[in-house]
Amino acid sequence: MIQLLRTLGHLTVDGVWQVGFATRFLFAMLRHSGPSFARFSLTIRELYFSGVLSLVIIVVSGAFVGMVLGLQGYDTLQRFGSESALGSIVALSLLRELGPVVAALLFASRAGSAVTAEIGLMKATEQLTAMDMMAVNPIARVVAPRFWGGVLSMPLLAAIFSTVGVIGGWFIGVVVIGVDNGTFWSQMANSVDFREDVVNGVVKSFVFGWAVSLIAVFQGYDCTPTAEGVSRAITKTVVYSSLMVLALDFILTSFMYIGK
Amino acid sequence: MNRAILDLWVGAFVALGFAALMFLAMQVANVSEEGTRGETITLRARFEDIGGLKVKAPVKSAGVVVGRVAAIRFDPQTYQAEVEMKVSAAYPFPKDTIASILTSGLLGEQYVGLAAGADSEMLKDGDRIEMTQSALVLEKLIGQFLFNKAAEGGSNK
Amino acid sequence: MTTNPHSADPVVELRGVDAGYGDRLILSGIDFSVRRGQLVAVMGGSGSGKTTLLRLVSGQLRARKGSVRVFGESLEKISEKELYALRRRMGMLFQFGALFTDLSVFDNVAFPLREHTDLPESMIRDLVLLKLNAVGLRGAATLMPSELSGGMARRVALARSVALDPELIMYDEPFAGLDPISLGVIGQAIRKLNDALGAASILVTHDVVESLSIVDYVYLVSQGKIIAQGTPDEIRNSPDPFVHQFIYAEADGPVPFHYPAPPLEESLLLEAEVAP
Ligand SMILES: Nc1ncnc2c1ncn2[C@@H]1O[C@H](COP(=O)(O)OP(=O)(O)OP(=O)(O)O)[C@@H](O)[C@H]1O
Ligand SMILES: [Mg+2]
Repeated sequence: MIQLLRTLGHLTVDGVWQVGFATRFLFAMLRHSGPSFARFSLTIRELYFSGVLSLVIIVVSGAFVGMVLGLQGYDTLQRFGSESALGSIVALSLLRELGPVVAALLFASRAGSAVTAEIGLMKATEQLTAMDMMAVNPIARVVAPRFWGGVLSMPLLAAIFSTVGVIGGWFIGVVVIGVDNGTFWSQMANSVDFREDVVNGVVKSFVFGWAVSLIAVFQGYDCTPTAEGVSRAITKTVVYSSLMVLALDFILTSFMYIGK
Repeated sequence: MNRAILDLWVGAFVALGFAALMFLAMQVANVSEEGTRGETITLRARFEDIGGLKVKAPVKSAGVVVGRVAAIRFDPQTYQAEVEMKVSAAYPFPKDTIASILTSGLLGEQYVGLAAGADSEMLKDGDRIEMTQSALVLEKLIGQFLFNKAAEGGSNK
Repeated sequence: MTTNPHSADPVVELRGVDAGYGDRLILSGIDFSVRRGQLVAVMGGSGSGKTTLLRLVSGQLRARKGSVRVFGESLEKISEKELYALRRRMGMLFQFGALFTDLSVFDNVAFPLREHTDLPESMIRDLVLLKLNAVGLRGAATLMPSELSGGMARRVALARSVALDPELIMYDEPFAGLDPISLGVIGQAIRKLNDALGAASILVTHDVVESLSIVDYVYLVSQGKIIAQGTPDEIRNSPDPFVHQFIYAEADGPVPFHYPAPPLEESLLLEAEVAP
């Protein structure tokens, strides 16, 4: 019993420490973000590694999610004779929830883990210390560009995910099942609101981009500099960012759509 | 990796991302939809019951979208719903136009239908449409139907 | 080999310094100084705190007690900006090289030049090739760090640490993993570089023979204390049993081989008691 309480206390104190460190780290990073934009080629390189290299998984997953939505949506709607609403269902599900959330989860496991591994290994092999010794701040030179690369990639990836998903839903609904093409698009356009759905989706993915990127760079920078420490940090990145994305999604959804 | 190739890839990625956003805005949300483009005038109408009508629902005439619902208010004096619509200035409607709340399909969304009258004077910005027809609420319809049946049964006896 | 005559001002000066990690004290009561033009060796057993001493001098670790002055400035309450200004005048070779694994050999050596100077690319190219030539690896410029052997990586790291012609150079085990020929060449290069730049150098090493032949002064560290110091000749002829054991690599003597621990029998007995 005492042991249990002690473990609980230990976990709580540890958690608070971590959050405190992460916050200080975020401010230090923002303070040292100048070079990420002044020397934009640093960030471009990270846009390549976080964004371009995540494209394949985003496009493929988006297509499949859209096609499944097409099938399931049609199956459910035709019971009520409302197949015409298929376009709305597909587009709203993707824009509001699935696009931002699934893209962020994929991004965390594809790009976030890679960023953690890279920074963690640089730390373990003293590359960060070496840089510091050359009077080059590793937060400005290594960490901040990776953070901004992630933050900028995320909304674009989510938009690509949603678009590919809508096309996937259209392919199943219109091409394969034979819902009327005009009805599909016009119903969609009628029920999707630009501000309410498109802009809110982009806002969500932007917030997720911050969360996932911050967790990824922080775990890398904060890891124990050993092979085991790096692998533990990678696991933490994936687990923490997934939980964070889902929790933030709940909070954002309740602010954006409910109680208005 | 070569700097130029890197730039090219990232440029393509960013272009693709913005193309996707444009697609979502234009094709999916259809920002540029007819009837909300260009200049609009504001029309008002009072309804006994608006059913499930929502802000931004389309305003249609002869099935064509000519505007959008801009605001819905409750009027405590008359206990009626006051609906404010933005209708394209390009389509002037006569003074005796009838506004009714209709449903697209059995379970579809509700919209405001405008049936043009024959008056020679046209509605101007801020005018009120006097003749309105409320939404058909399913429960009321069924209630009425049952009541009529019962009444029929009673009289037939 | 004598100390340079124009070497009055100390580049590094430690007075009564204590330092450690967490709640473990690693170094205590250290007095240590290096003057301009001097090449100083720090020798001692594994884990005796040599790398820690370099961290102290380079401002990666703050002293618990005593004063650390580098280029005449105290590191005690220095701001990050001032520390970076000092570090631009330092070069450090890390024990494990610490090359940037995502950059080629050429780009690694060019890194400090590109970060801190506005030299045109053609000039950077010439400078980098010169530095690589000095460590015998001009031909390896296009390789990636993963394609180098341990000794080659060390030599590239050496070229990188002196790319900006520093005034204070710290070498952490530059000879480990080098074959006898490269070892001699690198040893001579370190000496020549120090004299040519008029710099001060600290050489942390286990290689007694090579370092005694090139350095001006030697500090012997054991268990966090400086136990002996002097010119190479003084060290060689020291009657001190500690020094004698270390220089002549004898297993038995006052320098302990073991990391501090309770006696072995005690540990084993303890385990035996716990086990059943
Ligand atoms: N980052 C650290 N955190 C905690 N303890 C450390 C750290 N680095 C070194 N130590 C401890 O400090 C002591 C001295 O380490 P140091 O690296 O200075 O030894 P060294 O003399 O350089 O040894 P070697 O010749 O093996 O490189 C060791 O006992 C080690 O356990
Ligand atoms: Mg060491």
